Amino acid sequence: MRLRAEKRIDSPAWMPAVTAALSVLLAFAAGGVFLYAQGVSPFEAYASILKSAFGSGYDLSETAVKALPLAIVSLAVMLCFTMLVWNIGAEGQALVGALAAAAMVRYFPLESKPAMLSLMALAAMLAGGVWAGAAGLLKAKWNVNEIITTLMLNYIAIRLLEYFVYGPWRDPSSLGFPMTSRFIDSARLPALWGTRIHMGIYALFFLTVVMEVLLKRTRFGYEIRVTGDNARAARYAGMDYVRKVAGVMFLSGAIAGFAGMCEVSGLQGRLQAGFSAQYGYTAIIVAWLAHLRPSLSLVIAFLMGALLVGGEALQISMGLPMASASILQGLILFFVLGGEFFQNYRVRLDFSRVGRARRSRGDI
Amino acid sequence: METLLSILAAAVRSGTPILYATLGEILTEKAGVMNLGLEGIMLMGALSGFAASLSTGSPWLGLAAAFGVGACLGLIHAFLSVTLGSNQVVCGLAMTMFGGGASALAGRGYIGMTTPGIGAWEIPLVSKLPIAGRMLFSQDVMVYASYVLAVFLMFFLSRTRPGMNLRAAGDNPKAADAMGLPVARIRYLYTIIGAGLVALGGAYMSLVYNKFWAEGMTAGRGWIAVAMVIFAIWNPLRAMLGAYLFGGVEAFQLRLQAAGASVPAPLLMMLPYLMTILVLLFISVGKGRKLSLSAPSALGIPFYREERE
Repeated sequence: MRLRAEKRIDSPAWMPAVTAALSVLLAFAAGGVFLYAQGVSPFEAYASILKSAFGSGYDLSETAVKALPLAIVSLAVMLCFTMLVWNIGAEGQALVGALAAAAMVRYFPLESKPAMLSLMALAAMLAGGVWAGAAGLLKAKWNVNEIITTLMLNYIAIRLLEYFVYGPWRDPSSLGFPMTSRFIDSARLPALWGTRIHMGIYALFFLTVVMEVLLKRTRFGYEIRVTGDNARAARYAGMDYVRKVAGVMFLSGAIAGFAGMCEVSGLQGRLQAGFSAQYGYTAIIVAWLAHLRPSLSLVIAFLMGALLVGGEALQISMGLPMASASILQGLILFFVLGGEFFQNYRVRLDFSRVGRARRSRGDI
Repeated sequence: METLLSILAAAVRSGTPILYATLGEILTEKAGVMNLGLEGIMLMGALSGFAASLSTGSPWLGLAAAFGVGACLGLIHAFLSVTLGSNQVVCGLAMTMFGGGASALAGRGYIGMTTPGIGAWEIPLVSKLPIAGRMLFSQDVMVYASYVLAVFLMFFLSRTRPGMNLRAAGDNPKAADAMGLPVARIRYLYTIIGAGLVALGGAYMSLVYNKFWAEGMTAGRGWIAVAMVIFAIWNPLRAMLGAYLFGGVEAFQLRLQAAGASVPAPLLMMLPYLMTILVLLFISVGKGRKLSLSAPSALGIPFYREERE
């Protein structure tokens, strides 16, 4: 007797949803075991996460506040992942986007809100785009591993931000806190509905529709999917690999940069050290869980936003490190990856005679 | 001269965690599995090494614990990527997140504690050599062990039967399978051992280099090690060069900071990351062809016997 895996010919339509739900459930179970081993009551911890993320209308709005940048950044990485180009640097691209937006506020302050905001968005997208596009160009031209370059650029972006907020841009009245002074009014994205949710949410909906159409309905989308499936075939078909990779990376970085601008302009109203709370990495999970589908990523981003809010709640109410939430993120990703296997394969016990005979001949 | 010597010695010391991680990853990648979770594994190694050496009073048991924990994480990665054929890039990211989070949670009680760790031990005679004596032979036992390990791996990979089997599994699993080699078992074995070595690199951070535990203390060294594997063109001896080059930049910028240089600290702290990109670019442009020849051909591609033609 042994376990055998057989490829499924067809899988029922409900399979993906059920596997996904089961994977998340198992991840929480495994996370619970880990928490318990650490002397933390998993029930208390999970209750605290649920309550802080979904407990009241205000809590729901705070979850949406966290989900907003996550969703935008996940659209950014999705674009690259479709092409099997691994942009792990959305974090850094968002940071330099925020940095560029803040630079505009500092050096070119404008009275008119639309003008100021457009200028900031433009600068942020350009900065994020260049930050990612550079890595894309190196990848396309000389096959420099983009995972490494985008990641290293994250660390560099963090230091760059620190340089400005600790140094030349520090608000003299901030009592030594590493932050710039408050942005002028025209540089703030207005908040909506009496919550901290800001106008960026309209941009998110717009971008989601654009991405959905772009990936599924345009020649451009088709070409990047083909390049992802088979770069060599794409090249033979006359698609310009270098331009495609560098261009997609630029676009991806521009979207991430825009997300960074939304954060500082809509939420914080100033630039400060360590503002992004690892959105760039979490967005990668969102993109993967959403099977690289833009519309689905809205939902997943909301759920992941809940986990981030919950992580903060764990820190405040139970004194656990903020990073504890990333245990669950990692576990969810593990189980989802594992679950994909069971979607494609059927596992069963093999009692058959043939199996035994082949085994005894030693060819299994 | 004295400054230069001390920077050289510090270069070897701060390069050593990277070296362990790079050597572990070379072993894993040569067998055809790409493990990008180095950062998370190093952090788990750093924490478990620290915790075990505090509770047992022996840094050696700490190292053993780190290796064990790393090996367990390697087993998870092997199961997902070899048996289940998952996407190895995403799997590595998951490991990075899990390791970062789990070490932060499990390590919350150890913040602010210190350990005697492992001290320096000069090798008699050779430590009196000019330059090399101070740089290479007035270090600690873990550094000496890493020299031996690098040379051994070089020999193992290029000159021994198991080493050739390992490379066959990474270069052409189909042919290896036809030769009767257990490809899956080989990949499991070297993913596990490789991750154990990576964790030792983490334990070096908390037991020798810093002698304390801090959340996220590896600060990207796991990712730098992934870059160093490419810089080393999968050659263990070249890995030493890469690791010490990185260590040199690290030591140099720390020295500048301590000396109160006019360049602000955040800009100096960019240097190691910048250098990693430059080094990678340099090797990819200069040795592009050699790189694609030396890379394990089946790197990151799952192999199923059932699907061979």
